[in-house]
Amino acid sequence: MTDSSATGDNPVVDMRGITVEFSGVKALADVDFRLFPGEVHALMGENGAGKSTLIKALTGVHRPTAGTILLKDEPVEFTAPGQARNAGISTVYQEVNLCPNLSVAENILLGHEPRRLGAIDGRAMRARATELMARIGLSIDPASVLSSHSIAVQQLVAITRALVVDACVLVLDEPTSSLDSDEVEELFRIVRVLRDEGVAILFVSHFLDQVYEIADRMTVLRNGTLVGEYLPENLDRMALVSAMLGREAGILDEVERRSEERAPGSAPVLVAQGLGRTGAIEPFDLEIHEGEVVGLAGLLGSGRTELARLLSGADRADTGTLMVDGETIRSRGPRSLIAKGVAFCSEDRKAEGVVEDLSVRANLILATQAARGWARPVARRTAEAMVAEYIERLDIRPADPDALMGNLSGGNQQKVLLARWLVTRPRLLILDEPTRGIDVGAKAQIQKVVAELAAEGMAVLFISAELEEVVRVSDRVVVLRDRHKVAELSGAGISVNSVMSAIAENAHNGVAVAS
Amino acid sequence: MSTSTLASTRLRLPQRFLPVVATLVVFVATFGIGSVRYQDFASGQVVANLFIDNAFLIVLAVGMTFVILTGGIDLSVGAVAALSTMIAAATLKAGWPPLLSILAVLVVGTGLGLLMGLVIHHFDVQPFIVTLAGMFLARGLCFLISVESVSITDTSFRTFATGTLALPGGVTLTYSVLVALAVVAAALYVLHLTRFGRTVYAVGGSESSARLMGLATARAKVGVYAVSGFCSALGGLLFALYMLSGYGLHAVGMELDVIAAVVIGGTLLAGGVGYVAGSMAGVLVLGTVQALISFEGTLSSWWTKIVIGVLLLAFIVLQRLIVRQRQ
Repeated sequence: MTDSSATGDNPVVDMRGITVEFSGVKALADVDFRLFPGEVHALMGENGAGKSTLIKALTGVHRPTAGTILLKDEPVEFTAPGQARNAGISTVYQEVNLCPNLSVAENILLGHEPRRLGAIDGRAMRARATELMARIGLSIDPASVLSSHSIAVQQLVAITRALVVDACVLVLDEPTSSLDSDEVEELFRIVRVLRDEGVAILFVSHFLDQVYEIADRMTVLRNGTLVGEYLPENLDRMALVSAMLGREAGILDEVERRSEERAPGSAPVLVAQGLGRTGAIEPFDLEIHEGEVVGLAGLLGSGRTELARLLSGADRADTGTLMVDGETIRSRGPRSLIAKGVAFCSEDRKAEGVVEDLSVRANLILATQAARGWARPVARRTAEAMVAEYIERLDIRPADPDALMGNLSGGNQQKVLLARWLVTRPRLLILDEPTRGIDVGAKAQIQKVVAELAAEGMAVLFISAELEEVVRVSDRVVVLRDRHKVAELSGAGISVNSVMSAIAENAHNGVAVAS
Repeated sequence: MSTSTLASTRLRLPQRFLPVVATLVVFVATFGIGSVRYQDFASGQVVANLFIDNAFLIVLAVGMTFVILTGGIDLSVGAVAALSTMIAAATLKAGWPPLLSILAVLVVGTGLGLLMGLVIHHFDVQPFIVTLAGMFLARGLCFLISVESVSITDTSFRTFATGTLALPGGVTLTYSVLVALAVVAAALYVLHLTRFGRTVYAVGGSESSARLMGLATARAKVGVYAVSGFCSALGGLLFALYMLSGYGLHAVGMELDVIAAVVIGGTLLAGGVGYVAGSMAGVLVLGTVQALISFEGTLSSWWTKIVIGVLLLAFIVLQRLIVRQRQ
């Protein structure tokens, strides 16, 4: 399907009245969705709105309980991902779903390898892979091992794989969440090339800028139901956000006001002097006071996470001292700092936070239990009360303490992790990218809770790649560049521009020093 | 970022083969030590004997490599090999023609493997525990047939067992070695040139990705245990040829030797990385250590175990370092 009828009247995919139920709970109720050839169609919604479910119904991972899917006017019913793929529907997931141990060529062509006399023809396979990669302007050695390439390149390899079957539909499920802005540009260039070739592209992203940049059409879902289908020129950002949230988006303004009212308390909770670790972060000084939110800004790889890991004891410092409440910590790991009331909420919630096979309740009380030791179990009733309180306070959905953590959406998992540390009533809460990959509503919710906690006297270190967010929640912003602390901004000096120029200015200095 | 910078991250090819290269280096080194210390060590026949004495181990290691490549483990191989010697000896004693007897052994071994694979896949049970059950089952079945050792007297079987091939230089090989080498060649073909083989690697690399890529992961996951069962049966037959008897206490603990050989051969226990050639090299390293110790004469056989233990530890640490460097 490479016919470039960008304004074709017939949708290539027409999903009608799709309903998906999981053990009686409707994840998707009576949703219509159309996809036209040669257009980029953005699917928008909060976490838990049903975006993933809709995609999975289309790609054959879930079977709809009701509704029909028409592919090129033919009703189809997929029971396995392989079937959808062979019918021309290819999917690139948020986490690269390829095999890191195999070569690039194999990852592109697995299942479609050219064969000669029954044996896989390695040379023909590499040639075909090179040819396919050329279509999207990717020129890497097809024989190289996938894991030797960056995530961005792996994502492009995944897209190349989608082209093998002459895809008429390409589903991109949050492809940009781990890419930097140049990589996103590269991806969009490729998306436009494919769109102009007549491929219908279903695009999911949490970044509104990106959606407005690339999308030709939008469909908004909320709570498993269809809100509507729109053209971007007829729907401005505020309208889109309120369509997604189902309420006026004043919640963000509320956070803004709070941050201005706050005045930091006097006692420093944490003092770091000359703290550093070779290869991770150069020695830095930092103080965090009671009731204060300190933002940490910097580009990817500037040492944000490394700094947080030193403060939390996850990594050991080579130099400098760390004091909590005036007491020097000789850290042998996170335990000693947890005991002092320092909680660290990792950016990698999959690997370092969530226990997918346990319930929300068990995940929530994990840290409390760890602090008490194994000999003093948390009483059932206390646990219930705690869990109920935080589910309500953070608006965790579904509001069911027995739900399996693995079944929650990313934003809700993040809220549970946050709650896990909140119940231990920490003195200092370190949040590393707490809002990454989650939707606007959950994001605002988390920002609001951070502001509330600071108002109650907790010290917070807030790390985020989004400058607007750092600026909005922080009383003070520490700027990192190339593993150096380069600036500290406070009060009226904090703005997106000032943080950006701090990063940029010091970039020049950095070069000067280095040369 | 332009695509040219995307391309700048180049593959470090040697690193991928480093464990196998390390195994070969260790093999050459141990063999070198032997050659320097003992006069007759560096002869063609000593090398040939390495293959003759370990032909069954090579075959078992090939099957185990398939399983470990998917990230699984098969603890039943020693017991299935013992059961195979027992079935062969008992059926030959009962007067079955040798070919039928061999067929029976292969069918039983492959069937057992297939059964374990199906249980592992469909009930989503740990391979460790399923194959442990298989090990007890097979070992028990041996004694159901006979508690005594049953010797093999069938003439054609004995001829095949004792027959030798003369190579230039006065070196002789047994037919078992040819069988083992044929199995290695077949495994190389299957693993590297068929869809099944590549799916085995894909499952080991990332099972969920392999499934989302639309590969036949179920067939690969079940299939490797059938392959391992077949190899155990064939290895058992070779062992029967070597011992000329069937006995329930044959090959006790051999599964651990096999796993050691595969790991020393550079296959990652986590799956996805490894080579059949490496596993064969691993078996040869174990064989050389054994030969060295028997040449020494004064050392007890348990020194073999000590050396294997040290080697195993060294190789696992090496693998760990490579993985860490990659990250």
